[in-house]
Formats: sequence, structure tokens, C-alpha cells
Amino acid sequence: MESLELLAGGLATAVTPENLMWAAIGVLLGTFVGVLPGIGPAMAVALLLPVTFGLEPTQAFIMFAGIYYGGMYGGSTTSILLNTPGESASVMTALEGNKMAKKGRAAQALATAAIGSFIAGTIGTMLVVFFAPALAGVAVEVGAPSYLAIMLMAMVLVTSVLGSSRLRGFIALFLGLTIGLVGLDLNTGQPRLSFDQPLLADRIDIVVVAVGIFALGEALWVAAHLRRRPLAVIPVGRPWMGKADWSRSWKPWLRGTALGFPFGAVPAGGAETPTFLSYVLEKRLAKKGHEFGHGAIEGVAGPEAANNASAAGTFVPLLALGLPVTATATIMLAALQGYGIQPGPQLMTEHADLVWTLLASLLIGNTLLLVLNLPLAPLWAKLLRIPRPYLYAGILFFASLGAYTANQQPFDLFLLLVFGLLGLLMRRFGLPVLPLILGVILGPLMETKMREALAISDGDVAGLVNEPVAIVVYVIIALLVVVPLVLARVRPPRKPTEIAAELNDDDTTSGPTSGPTSKETVR
Amino acid sequence: MSTTDTVLIAYTPDDFGQAALAHGIAEATRRSARIVAVNATRGDAYVDERHADDDRVATLEEELTASGLEFVVRRPIAADVAEAVVEAADEESADVIVIGLRRRSPVGKLVMGSVAQRVLLGAGCPVLAVKP
Repeated sequence: MESLELLAGGLATAVTPENLMWAAIGVLLGTFVGVLPGIGPAMAVALLLPVTFGLEPTQAFIMFAGIYYGGMYGGSTTSILLNTPGESASVMTALEGNKMAKKGRAAQALATAAIGSFIAGTIGTMLVVFFAPALAGVAVEVGAPSYLAIMLMAMVLVTSVLGSSRLRGFIALFLGLTIGLVGLDLNTGQPRLSFDQPLLADRIDIVVVAVGIFALGEALWVAAHLRRRPLAVIPVGRPWMGKADWSRSWKPWLRGTALGFPFGAVPAGGAETPTFLSYVLEKRLAKKGHEFGHGAIEGVAGPEAANNASAAGTFVPLLALGLPVTATATIMLAALQGYGIQPGPQLMTEHADLVWTLLASLLIGNTLLLVLNLPLAPLWAKLLRIPRPYLYAGILFFASLGAYTANQQPFDLFLLLVFGLLGLLMRRFGLPVLPLILGVILGPLMETKMREALAISDGDVAGLVNEPVAIVVYVIIALLVVVPLVLARVRPPRKPTEIAAELNDDDTTSGPTSGPTSKETVR
Repeated sequence: MSTTDTVLIAYTPDDFGQAALAHGIAEATRRSARIVAVNATRGDAYVDERHADDDRVATLEEELTASGLEFVVRRPIAADVAEAVVEAADEESADVIVIGLRRRSPVGKLVMGSVAQRVLLGAGCPVLAVKP
């Protein structure tokens, strides 16, 4: 029960008026960016990275955590009212949620999403409180070779398991790793990939890369597809639920939580798989099975809970191992490094106050979300009327400001433009953004661990596999890469349309329309 | 110039659009003209409440069919809604444009441009401005 005492201490720190204010700002900002398709919490946190220069780490992380959870919630609002999932994790919510809204049950759909998110987020955060210290305790013993192997596994998982195309995933990953190499070699001081440019030899600031890819790339992409036929938003009042809705929702909430958390906690990351599984599970279990496809509340409650539980779960690898598995978590890790805090197992012990305040503020942020969002839902829907030029003008302003303040070098604005164009091309060719940003941030860390392992073994390659954990992890990686290839040979590939057809075997309704934004939305 | 007259109705799914529609149908019946209903949008926001979605257009078409007159519905997406209406009027060689006018407060006039005003000034044919 030591964890609970530490959490209580964290709560005491988090409930100061100032910290509560940062939590509220984070939650509101997160919902704002979550509601608008194409702008996600990852972009918001990237744009806010420069504020970390002026804020205490605790306050910055309270705000970032609020943005993360708020973004999840905002995405569900758009899915339900507009049938345009704001982020990939909300696709399943849109299936039933939008149908409920069309039947005039938008208020109940929003309510079950909000309350389900709250319950799943709270249970998930409590699970983090118990799991993360235990995992960190084990992980501290792990040496450099095993750590390298685990990081490699996270990269392979994120790249090959998530997303539609493995090739595109790996292209993005290697682009990211290459960007991470630019600059002085941290061990020997030799410049790499700097093209004799002293400014490049200084290493590229992560703010510039993140803001360029997320903000500028998205802005250019939107500018290239500016005018589209507007969508019909379903008007909604204050969300509420009747007795029958409660009794139909609470089980899917808990089942969704149980499905979502492990997927978030294992560095396989992503909320797509658990939300999909939760949807299928609820469909199988539903007594009113015929209602699925016509707006079943279980189909909103389950996936929404799974979504938020997996978001909470991602804090386990982030805090205990220093391994991020979502784009937002990756940028939060970069913010940690910006404070000079070394992410990894020692974080839990060396910066215990930060970790426990962060976990406590996750609980507070979750409660704030519920309190703020139930009455504010109609207002959030109005945000969708903002003309995109105004919105992206603001984003571009903050993007340029952020990139410049990082080092106060005009050269960084040029780099920002380069990464913005790269972001545009990635969206054009459907390259996922997450592997790239993971490569940029984890790449240098991974190199450090590899150098460390090789230094211990005096340059002997065998030094990379002299720990049992490392060997086990390498075997898992090999399986991860080989098994899908073998399966693809044995079984004919199934197209997503076939799977969708199977899902909708008893009805002919169409799935959610893809948003007018990038193909790969990230959270 | 075509032999029959053409009445262009600038339609929006609100009271102003309904007023324009009612007067437009009356005017077209009087002239036994064909009707061109235009619902333009800038299309740069995810939601535009003055954009008629497919359901609303179906209702509009029903109302126009009930009038017994020949009609076309146009739904342009353009940077400037007023310009899109005037352009449609030119292309269809409209004889009259019917628009709904909204009341604007002095502050509103200062802050926002008026689509109606720009149609009035830019149109090459008479404009019939009506109020709900």
C-alpha cells in the first residue's frame, strides 16, 4: 500500500490552486484540439513544448496529461456528432455513436462516452499506480543490452503492428532514426550528417521536428484540401442518461477497461486494437444484438472505455521504462529530456514527486473532464464552425514562435519549413507519423544504450546478447517480424473491406466517413 | 437570352432562405419562369449551418417540384459566397435574383461583411430582396 500513500502525497501537491489551474487549462485545450479533426493532442503538446522553458516540470506535465486525456474525450464528441473520428482510436465509437445521434439519442451517446471515459481513465490510472512502480523495480535491474532490446521491440511493434502498411511504417521509422542521427556524435564528438553546417552539428531541436511534422505538415495538408462540402452536425443538448442506459452501459465500461489497459501497458501501444476488440465483444454479447448497427449504446460505452483505459495504460511503459508508445507520449518524453530528466526506470525513484503528482493530476484531470464536458458539449460542437484558415493561421503562428524560441536561430525556421514539407509528403503518401517521431526521440537513446553495452564488452558484439532478458526479447522481435510474413503466405490476405463486411453482416449500413484530414491521425 | 425567364433564388436552410424561396416561387410563377436555386458555401469549416445538406436539398426539391415549374439546384463551393451567387446568375442568364435579407446591428455591420450587400452591388440583373 506504499503506492497509495505516495499517491496521496501527489494529490496534496496537485490540488494547489495553481496546479488545478494548469490541469483545467490542459483539459480544456485537450478537448478543443480533440474535437477538431486533424488536430490532436500530439500537435497540441508539440506546440506547447516551448512553454516548458518557463514552467516547472510538474506544472507542465499536469497540463500535458490534461491535454492527453482531454484529446481522447474530444475525439469521441466529433465521432458521435459528425461521424468523423477526430483520431484513429475513435473510429469504433463513430460506428454506433453516430447512429445513436441520428436516432435522436446524441445526449445519451455523449454521456456514456464521457462517463465511460471517466471510469476507465480512473481505473486505468489506479492500475498504473500499482503496476508502474513494480515494473520500474524490476526494470532498474535490467542492463544496457536488455534495455536496447526492449526499445527495439517497442519500435518494431509500433511500426509493424499498428498502421496499415508495414513498409510505410518502416520508411517512417528510418526517416526518424536518420533525423535523430544528425549532429554531433554524443560519444566521440564527431559531426554526423551535418553537411559542414555548424548549426546542424548542434543537433536538431526536437521542438522543430515535432512542430514541423505535426503542425506545419497538417496545415499544409489542410491548405492543399481547403474547400470541402461541409458535414451535417447533429444538434445536441446537455448529455444525460436514463436508468436503462446506465444498466446497459456499466458492464461494457468495465469490459472495455479490462481490454484497453493491457494493450496500452504492453509496449504494443495504440488504442485501435482494443477499441476494435471491445466493439466486437459487445456485439457478440449484446442481448439486443439486432440493435447493433442501428445505434446500440453498448457499442459506444465499450470502445470509449477501452480507448481511455489504453491511454492510461501507456503511462506504465512511459513512467517505468521511459518507453513511449503513442505520439503524445513520445513528445511528453521529449519534454522530460528538455528538463534534463533522464527517462527510464530510475525516474520513479529519482523524481518520485514529479511522477506521483503527475499520476494524481491524471485523476484530477479525469474528474475535471467529466465536470466540464457534460455541460459544455453543445459548446464544443460549435467549435466545428471555425473556418479552417483562421484555425491554421493560429497554429502556424504558434508553430513558428515555438520553433524560433527553442534556440532563437532563424535557421530553425528554415528547418521547420523542411520538416513541414516532409510532414505534407508523409500525409500525401500515407506514411504514419508515430514511427518517425519515435525514431527521432528513441533513436539517440537507443544508440547510447548500444554504445554502453559495447563499451562494457570492449566492442564485442556478443555483449549485446549476454543477458537472458535481451535474448528473450530478440526472439519475440524475430517472431513479430516472421510470423506475419508466414501467415501472409499461408492465408490469402484479407482486405479491410472484407472484415468490415463481416462486421456488418446483418446490416448494410456504411461505416464512418473518413475525415477531411490526414490519412493517419495520431493522438 | 433564353425565351423563358430565369429566377435565381439564393437559398439557405433558415428563415431568410425560406422567405427568398417563397417569394422566388411567387415571382417565377408570375413570370412562368424556370427557377435556379443556389446554395453556396465556403466549405472551409467542418460545419456550416447555412449549407443545405442532402436531406435539406431533397426537401427543397420537393417544394420546388410542388410549384410545377422547371428548376435546377446548384451547390457551388467557392471562396466567396456572394460571388458564387452572382456567377451562377451570369451563367444561367438570370433575369432576377431573389435573396433573403437579415437585420444587422450597427456593430454587426462594422464587423462582418454582408453577402446580401455584395450580391446587390455585384449583380448584373435586378435583385429582389425580401425579409422573413
